Amino acid sequence: MLADKDRIFTNLYGFQDWGLDGAQVRGDWDDTKGLMARGQDAIIEEIKASGLRGRGGAGFPTGMKWSFMPKESKDGRPSFLVINADESEPGSCKDREIIRHDPHKLIEGALIAGFAMRARAAYIYIRGEYIYEVKVLEAAVAQAYEKGFLGKNASGSGYDFDVFVHRGAGAYICGEETAMIESLEGKKGQPRLKPPFPAGAGLYGCPTTVNNVESIAVVPTILRRGAAWFASFGRDGNKGTKLYQISGHVNKPCVVEEEMGISFKDLIDTHCGGIRGGWDNLLAVIPGGSSVPLVPAAQIIDAPMDFDGLKAVGSGLGTAAVIVMDKSTDIVRAISRLSYFYKHESCGQCTPCREGTGWMWRVMERLRTGDAEIGEIDMLQEVTKQVEGHTICALGDAAAWPIQGLIKHFRPEIERRINEKHGAAPVMEAAE
Amino acid sequence: MADAPQIPDETEVRARWGDFEWTPANAIKAKAYVARYPDGRQQSAVMALLDLAQRQVGAETHTQGWLPVPVIEFVAAQLDMPFMRVYEVVTFYTMYNLAPVGRYHVQVCGTTPCMLRGSDDVLAACKNKGLIKGHTTPDGLFTLTEVECLGACANAPMVQINDDNYEDLDYDKTIAVLDTLAAGEQPKIGPQIDRQTSCPEGGPTTLKEMVAGNHDYRGAW
Repeated sequence: MLADKDRIFTNLYGFQDWGLDGAQVRGDWDDTKGLMARGQDAIIEEIKASGLRGRGGAGFPTGMKWSFMPKESKDGRPSFLVINADESEPGSCKDREIIRHDPHKLIEGALIAGFAMRARAAYIYIRGEYIYEVKVLEAAVAQAYEKGFLGKNASGSGYDFDVFVHRGAGAYICGEETAMIESLEGKKGQPRLKPPFPAGAGLYGCPTTVNNVESIAVVPTILRRGAAWFASFGRDGNKGTKLYQISGHVNKPCVVEEEMGISFKDLIDTHCGGIRGGWDNLLAVIPGGSSVPLVPAAQIIDAPMDFDGLKAVGSGLGTAAVIVMDKSTDIVRAISRLSYFYKHESCGQCTPCREGTGWMWRVMERLRTGDAEIGEIDMLQEVTKQVEGHTICALGDAAAWPIQGLIKHFRPEIERRINEKHGAAPVMEAAE
Repeated sequence: MADAPQIPDETEVRARWGDFEWTPANAIKAKAYVARYPDGRQQSAVMALLDLAQRQVGAETHTQGWLPVPVIEFVAAQLDMPFMRVYEVVTFYTMYNLAPVGRYHVQVCGTTPCMLRGSDDVLAACKNKGLIKGHTTPDGLFTLTEVECLGACANAPMVQINDDNYEDLDYDKTIAVLDTLAAGEQPKIGPQIDRQTSCPEGGPTTLKEMVAGNHDYRGAW
């Protein structure tokens, strides 16, 4: 188990004050000027060396992402940092804990990351439903301005930097980086075609980097303790610590920071009091939020919870939102409900997704009740393949994968329902 | 569509809301929102201003507010945007109400993580208290909506009522929350069981020093 001294988010559960005074006791805003004095390139190199991969789901190396930003503005366009706090992936609830209990880690990280990528300002895009969290974050930003940590000559570094909070209004798709930029510009959040990539032309047509809250909030601690410290946790290519969010059929659901690569069994036994009804009662797990395929019990129990470990069992780490399902679960309904989620959240821009998500949900409902033909399972599989990869953003893929995972691992269960409803397919007698 | 919002008659709406203006306090807030964005990019403030307008409508009607067309036109004029660009935004995002709602907007999360922990019971409790999805109770008190994941999955099942989350619910606890609200009182916000936010029930498995005091772990680095 990760030692408490190596945990980054020490006020994760909000037992103590989230405000500036409390945060400073815990070590935030301690010589930020000194960290920035190392220079922009040195900071980016340190983050690269730490092996930090983006915590928003895709796992792109954070330091490399920053290095795509222009080092100087040739045409006078400013650069922007956009922080993605539009946490809407079913199962995910980690950014909420950071924002309401440790907001100063995020704000300090915003300053350092923004400085390293030579940004003029950071916009924190927080989902509209996090009403209390918005209040906390806005108050924390105001505290930082009051102390001179942000604004002109931020933290005495000689660098001018602003942080603004932008509240969303309830659209899952705005978690996609280009949709988020559209939404920040005051439009409906429909993703843009790439290229141009945001690092070339993003917010207001200016170079922009979009990072997840957790990716930014860990930066000050990595710089203070060194890349080698962060890289001492986890396996190659999967370094560091991570906030895991465990929901569903465990005895004690919770959010907890752990070392990357902890095995599923250790994670659940140590922090969640085991599976409801014991380990034999485990049916399947969705290990990274609703967009990744489910993994049956036998394969997940010893799997390391990191990017490569979960890829090896045909799924992904995503946001490390672990949704646990025991044997009482109606697995077809659980996935069908996700299909409804994607139908509801499709932005309507690309036809395969707009029409496909609704179509897939309706067929999933038929499979749930068993009111279908066996052939529809293959038809559904075929349609998911036609939606996947044929849309501007990854929402189409995200809608297809859970269904593909269900068909791959639980096809007999779907067939059983259909057969029970219709009676088994008639045995054709050979002609005499 | 059966669940389409029941938008009131336009003539009546125009008569009631045609002269919508910010209250002095909201005028200051609106200005602060616009100031967050670069010059000429005031359109970025449209989401914040719509939310502000909806809250003002809510305050004036003693409900959770909605966005009548004249109010949307007012916001459009404030930001120098065509009406349709603003209307697009209103219809795209789910948190803008296109029709009036009650004093309490009960938003039950029904997505899989909540479903696994019993959101069916929460919805059943709402139903047995006379709440019908997509409708407001005859006394104007409650509007029930089933919403998608609200991002409190470690505290599932949960419901957001107005600006507050009520988490770790079951049938009886949901009834209790609704009864308390109906009686005009404020239920306890957050987890409805003995639990600190998203900490494991029964106490933390990590960072135990933080419970008693604001511990600085840097000494052990």
